[in-house]
Amino acid sequence: MNLHEYQAKALFHRYGIPVPSGKTAASPAEARAVAEELGGERWVIKAQVHSGGRGKAGGVVFAHALSQVEQEAARLLGSRLITRQSGPEGLPVHCLLIESPLAVERELYLGVLIDRAQRRIAFMASQTGGMEIEAVAAEDPAQILMTHVHPAVGLQPWQSRRLGFGLGLAAPQRKQLDHLMRDLYRLFLDCDARLIEVNPLVLCKDGDLMALDAKISLDPNALWRHPELAALRDRTQEDPREVAAAEQDLNYIHLPGTIGCLVNGAGLAMATMDLVKLHGGEPANFLDVGGTATAARVAEAFKLILSEKRVKAVLVNIFGGIVRCDLIAEGIVQAVREVHVSVPLVVRLEGTKAEQGLAILAESQLPILTASSLDEAAAQAVAAAR
Amino acid sequence: MRLLPRRLLLHDERYAMSILVDRNTRVICQGFTGKQGSFHSEQALAYGTQLVGGVTPGKGGQTHLGLPVFDTVHDAVRATGAQASMIYVPASFAGDAILEALDAGIRVIVCITEGIPVLDMLRVKAALEGTEAVLIGPNCPGIITPGACKIGIMPAAIHSPGRVGIVSRSGTLTYEAVFQTTQAGLGQSTCIGIGGDPIQGMDFVDCLARFEADPETEGVILVGEIGGTAEERAAEYIRTRMHKPVVAYIAGVTAPPGKRMGHAGAMISGGKGTADSKYQALETAGAATVRSPAEMGERMAELLAS
Repeated sequence: MNLHEYQAKALFHRYGIPVPSGKTAASPAEARAVAEELGGERWVIKAQVHSGGRGKAGGVVFAHALSQVEQEAARLLGSRLITRQSGPEGLPVHCLLIESPLAVERELYLGVLIDRAQRRIAFMASQTGGMEIEAVAAEDPAQILMTHVHPAVGLQPWQSRRLGFGLGLAAPQRKQLDHLMRDLYRLFLDCDARLIEVNPLVLCKDGDLMALDAKISLDPNALWRHPELAALRDRTQEDPREVAAAEQDLNYIHLPGTIGCLVNGAGLAMATMDLVKLHGGEPANFLDVGGTATAARVAEAFKLILSEKRVKAVLVNIFGGIVRCDLIAEGIVQAVREVHVSVPLVVRLEGTKAEQGLAILAESQLPILTASSLDEAAAQAVAAAR
Repeated sequence: MRLLPRRLLLHDERYAMSILVDRNTRVICQGFTGKQGSFHSEQALAYGTQLVGGVTPGKGGQTHLGLPVFDTVHDAVRATGAQASMIYVPASFAGDAILEALDAGIRVIVCITEGIPVLDMLRVKAALEGTEAVLIGPNCPGIITPGACKIGIMPAAIHSPGRVGIVSRSGTLTYEAVFQTTQAGLGQSTCIGIGGDPIQGMDFVDCLARFEADPETEGVILVGEIGGTAEERAAEYIRTRMHKPVVAYIAGVTAPPGKRMGHAGAMISGGKGTADSKYQALETAGAATVRSPAEMGERMAELLAS
């Protein structure tokens, strides 16, 4: 789960990590009032969306007059910001962060993440602030400084020293970095984060380090420990189809193709998409009905898949383990009757009670194509969609 | 097809560790009296697994499924001599359950539970370092040595004792590989689901090493997926250490970047962890890769016939 910049900065502030002074606004008038309150002659207006690359997309702008603050706020609020990460539909802007600009000397990068291969929390830093760290890693990996924290030992002073010297910081800034890293580490643990990025971390002309931007991504599996953080979730920034699916306990991801896929198990769901592609088709979605699929859930899954008008055929691929194929078959029959499935439907059932399941489909007299193998199922679905 | 699996003919304690479990492995269940624990304990008993008891805090002294219930894993180990544990406790308590099993001296810890917080797993991994114990999972179907011992949620009927080792990050894709090798008449020596989480217990390399050393395994099917670098590390192991044939399939060629594909660990982030890079690493290492998940069994049959 991702947080907005303003939410992340509020957490930073609470943990003693320095951030620019600023406030949110949800209307042009409010934006003007915030700017007046902040004072000064220049302001930064930042659209709050769950995406990087906001600056290039026109979502971060400077204003030199209060009237301009109001104008820019009016332009941004209610619009959809299309960034290189957002997809062509863009993300809705409902909230702005208005800040006083800083006099910046240098821009750095500082991130905290989970290094899967090392099984450790890692701090990552580089002198290339403002750039995407992935791009830096691809172009000039030597630029990236990294240090891993043992969970029982915790973050040690030598680690911030190493990064501080590596970034070319002077003694006072190295001390600030040490505090900042300890605060970030505490925040990372306390909120069960999976990623915190300060990009850029800026060295101001007055000699202070400050978090100019803030990104926090939380571990969704740990949100039960943090109801106050779970409440920060902004569903307007997520794909509405994926939100609706999650409410039904379905795992759904929208894709641009024409063949709907209904599968049990995440791995098999991915494999089914790959197989569709291998046979010359394009999958319309990833959908995992889960390990305890019921007839009702299957019906909901069909509704979801068919809500996408581009879908020209549906491929059901079930390998029954705990999931019983006869129950899935009942769900399919019920769904086809209820939802009015007007596109060709190809079903492959294997594993627990597969024969009973196939018998239920046959007895239903519904126009359902059954396949006896994975390959055949994918081939039939691709042919049917043409 | 082989009439009697070699495992049943050649039962030798020396080989017991190489594939982790066998028909003599004494198993307990943590979360024994819960719905999942009860159901899968019954299934394990029906399969012939030496399930010797279970743990549910507060229910010690009771009998469940005809077996003793203990308050703590330490009590259970003392009373039953258990060597392995299967864990079905909810995600919020699962990390703690693994640590308890570790401290009580359980050697093979199998955690089925999905949704354990990553930070909990970081602590578990640190505690496991330098110990003899192995953790399988979490978020996995478990481990089975067909005809001998089933610890997990996999459907028993599709398995047959035989020659192929299977290791996979995905539950249902493990079943596909099992089903195909059974149909091809090859059977399985041991199947291990290592789980779909970003931080897990045994990884591909740990399993490949054991399969390479196991005299009953003639070839290995490796089922990977997008996210992380476990497949790339497996490729390096295959290139430098492995003599037995490996068939590899990677799920997620069509997965869009930046989306978690069901499993917490299945995500391409920052252009890293794509199926293409994993395929490339495995091909360079000399593994036989298949682009279709329907061809895993067939390809292994070809390799073992040649």
